[in-house]
Amino acid sequence: MTVDAAALRVAAQAARTRVAGRRGRRSRLSSVGLHAALVLAALIAVFPVFWVLVTSFKPDSRAVEATPKLVDHSSLDNYADVLSGAKGDFLAWFGNSVLIALLTTVIAVFLSATTGYAVSRFRFPGLRPLMLSFLVMQMFPFAVLIVPLYNILIAIGLQGTSIGLVLVYCTTAVPFCTYMLKGYFDTIPSDIDEAGRMDGLSPFGVFWRLVLPLSTPGLAVTAFYSFLTAWGEVAFASAFLSASDQSKTLAVGLQVFVQQNRTEWGHLAAASILVAIPAVLVFYLVQRFLVTGLASGSVKG
Amino acid sequence: MAEVAYVNASRIFSGNPPVRAVDQLQLDVADGEFLVLVGPSGSGKSTALRMLAGLEDVDEGAIEIGGKDVTNVPPKGRDIAMVFQSYALYPHMTVAENMGFALKLRGVAKAQIKEQVAEAAKMLDLTKYLDRKPKALSGGQRQRVAMGRAIVREPSVFLMDEPLSNLDAKLRVETRANIAALQQRLGTTTIYVTHDQVEAMTMGHRVAVLKDGLLQQCDTPRALYDHPANAFVAGFIGSPAMNLKTVPLTAEGAKLDGIVVPLSRAALDKASGESLGEVTFGIRPEALALVSSEEQGMNMTVELVEELGADALVHGAVKIGEGTERFVVRVDGRTPPTLGQQVKVAVRDTTEIHLFHPESGDRLEA
Repeated sequence: MTVDAAALRVAAQAARTRVAGRRGRRSRLSSVGLHAALVLAALIAVFPVFWVLVTSFKPDSRAVEATPKLVDHSSLDNYADVLSGAKGDFLAWFGNSVLIALLTTVIAVFLSATTGYAVSRFRFPGLRPLMLSFLVMQMFPFAVLIVPLYNILIAIGLQGTSIGLVLVYCTTAVPFCTYMLKGYFDTIPSDIDEAGRMDGLSPFGVFWRLVLPLSTPGLAVTAFYSFLTAWGEVAFASAFLSASDQSKTLAVGLQVFVQQNRTEWGHLAAASILVAIPAVLVFYLVQRFLVTGLASGSVKG
Repeated sequence: MAEVAYVNASRIFSGNPPVRAVDQLQLDVADGEFLVLVGPSGSGKSTALRMLAGLEDVDEGAIEIGGKDVTNVPPKGRDIAMVFQSYALYPHMTVAENMGFALKLRGVAKAQIKEQVAEAAKMLDLTKYLDRKPKALSGGQRQRVAMGRAIVREPSVFLMDEPLSNLDAKLRVETRANIAALQQRLGTTTIYVTHDQVEAMTMGHRVAVLKDGLLQQCDTPRALYDHPANAFVAGFIGSPAMNLKTVPLTAEGAKLDGIVVPLSRAALDKASGESLGEVTFGIRPEALALVSSEEQGMNMTVELVEELGADALVHGAVKIGEGTERFVVRVDGRTPPTLGQQVKVAVRDTTEIHLFHPESGDRLEA
């Protein structure tokens, strides 16, 4: 045993030096070039967001200039205007968006988790057509769906209501999330389900007490996806919500800053920053669950 | 504590044609008995165990635990615990939570769960690891946690599905003895599935040999070794495997390379009754011996010598009828013959000869 261990250590050492050698072989120049390219790419990615932030502090008249400056009569006036409701009921829009996005997240994750578990673990008639229909549904262009969905919502009396819009968002989120979660559940060994059954859990108990806790990374991803689906969407929201200012979502409301003849760039930028904050927050909350390997160690490793 | 019975239980997997994974299994396990189900892969041994666990449907027949028909009872109502090949520990729970989970579901008081878990942990030498998650344990420790999870519940039957196959060879031998001792101590009826005939022979009070879903024989390890019911059991039990060769039959016995090995009257009568010209002749490697060139025996050319330390296995070719057949002989490890050497091999004792029907494979004598 000791001989083996020693030999292993030597081999590991050799492997390490080899890797180090390969790393060291990159010349200083190529290293600089590589980092410069990465920094440049990062700057290009961040710049638009940064410029929106810069613009959000400028008055509308100074927002677009031939020689732009970082600070140009900058103040917090735009934010004050947007939040005070002088340009439209921003806080009501915000509330609507939060409500609709959260409802979409909860309903979509619940439905797709139960569906995903069923298609992952059970064989039943209609399984393949079901999965196929989920796939086909994701191929439809959104614009084609607006009119038929509008008619359906009117027929069931949900046109103009938040819950109607939530259901519409679920139709896009659930198929995608079901695929995601099915894939995730497939990675959880079914031995764990069976061990749970032997320990005295009902089939739903297995799902609720074993499979769901083990799927937090997958659930986090799908929750985030569902939230974003609802948060930033414009076309469905402007078609299916009632026209009153009170019932708009943020994405729809932002359009008041873009009028036919002029655009209030400063206010638009400020509102956009405010819209982005919750999305960033949700991502921040969710990202710590986005670690894989939670299921490791359950079976032989 | 309970006895277990398979009453002509079958499991049929749909397909074309349907596969009878377990076919009319009739098996009674006594209270407190350690029964091993053994067979090659695809023999239906795991399926038979899962039927008892309630994880697999029973398509025909019934299954009884403690005299009660449980054929349609879900797993949680059967009062059984199972150790999985993969252990199937809950990765999000600590060792203590893993072991106490079943009790928690039953609504046992927290203090009592803790006490029972501590007791089982002590038995399995896991006390130090109770607060760890499964991923921070070694393979052997995980295996013990899986055992602990089963023990804590004090079920009436233990089911074990190849629980040792993921351990390294040394640990496997150790754990094998530990499980057997633990079962002895707890006295719980245990059904143990393995493909390893050494495990089967060393652990089981009785061993049931399965092949293609059919029960071949169920008996004590000794009886399986001494009186295999058919050629399959004869070849499966024992390591290295029994030499099984089809040899021509004469009035006195079996003809092997010029010599005639005398056979029992009963066997010969049975063979002539069925007017067999040939017979499947079985002799274990340890029942053959090298003899000096003057004595009577089969001539064998040594083709391979496997030295195991205590003894050596000599593989060699023997002429039978027109062709040659390979025989394995177990010899003293200190003086093995060399490669290519001509040796003489004799049957140690004619009572150690097994005869089987050349087609059906059934044993030809009592």
